[in-house]
Amino acid sequence: MDSLRLGVLCSGGKDSLFACYRAMQEDEVACLVTLVPENPESYLFHTPNLHMVPLQARAAGLPLVSEVTTGIEEKEINDLSRALAIAAERHGIEGVVTGALMSVYQSTRIQRVCHDLNLWCFNPLWYSDPGTYMERLITSGFRVIVSGVFSAPFDASWLGRELDRDALSILMQYARDFRITLTGEGGEYETLVLDAPFFHRRIVIEESESWYRNHRGVLDVKRARLEER
Amino acid sequence: MILLVDPAFRAGSLSMDEFVLPVGRIVERNERTWRYRHYADMEGGIPEETEGVIICGTALKDNGFLSAIDWFDWLKETEIPVLGICAGMQVLCLACGGTVREGFEIGMTEVHVTAPHPLLPPLPSFHAYELHSHSCEPPPGWEILAVSSACIQAIRDPHHPRFGVMFHPEVRNDRIVEVFLEMCIE
Repeated sequence: MDSLRLGVLCSGGKDSLFACYRAMQEDEVACLVTLVPENPESYLFHTPNLHMVPLQARAAGLPLVSEVTTGIEEKEINDLSRALAIAAERHGIEGVVTGALMSVYQSTRIQRVCHDLNLWCFNPLWYSDPGTYMERLITSGFRVIVSGVFSAPFDASWLGRELDRDALSILMQYARDFRITLTGEGGEYETLVLDAPFFHRRIVIEESESWYRNHRGVLDVKRARLEER
Repeated sequence: MILLVDPAFRAGSLSMDEFVLPVGRIVERNERTWRYRHYADMEGGIPEETEGVIICGTALKDNGFLSAIDWFDWLKETEIPVLGICAGMQVLCLACGGTVREGFEIGMTEVHVTAPHPLLPPLPSFHAYELHSHSCEPPPGWEILAVSSACIQAIRDPHHPRFGVMFHPEVRNDRIVEVFLEMCIE
């Protein structure tokens, strides 16, 4: 069978962009797909850097399908369905790739939407070993920073910190001692990808604001540009 | 060595990451080794050092294996324990004389144990992750071990150590894979 044309559901974080990288090794990624909340303010604490996805799409040279979502749980699924239908029409995608790690809730919803739209659905990070995945992320040439923290024991110094080998060894310690998930799967921290092996240019943050209080905080990127690698 | 057979549309596809590697992780955690084989690369039969075979699942839209059942003839001859997961159960069923028809489930589902067996959690029921668009009618004489409201969920060959489960035990039911590994003599 020939390679499939795929759309990657992208939130700007490490999991969706690593899934994209893996999908590119096997098939053809035709576009990124993202859902943008109607009221971005209310979402800042859930997906701190969703507004960076268009810049990531440009960095990767991929078209982006961006659709607005109400953010109301029951309606979100219709918004997702609409976005994927547009991606199928505009870019001829035959399947969808997600960065789902272990969330049965998330994958069930996406599998159902794909089934209804007659699209393939792939989750290349599904139940992968957290340590091996984080290691691969670093060795494959991703540059990832922490863009939000939502749990003890993260302090303000984590905001904007690069996920390198040193950070990974501390995260492993946290995973042991504080029972956080190593990958942030439990929502303990969020990430932003600044560079990936398939980016043609990398993202440079020019201005950002951090808020932090009592183990919760975000790094809100105000201004960023693309730079030659 | 446990042989993980991939019935997906292409060797090494994204399906492998999603349906084969998670099973491989469980095998590794139990200090056993595994080897990957795509179903179209089984011409030489089962490698000699194989202690057990697990036929893994595929993506929901990937049902090409249903029209390639001849490729699984090696199943009929082997005495080595076999576990078929989802697509793997469908393969096992067809290769051994059962039938497959449409039958669809996605997500966590209650599975009722109808015949207690060490492979499965105890009576009366457990929750399992489903992702299939076909269901099975087992080969004549096979025992039905569990059902959901939609279809048969677990079957066993009474004469050989062969099992099929329609749900994905690698998601939240690791123990089932572990019990199977214990049946595969080192």
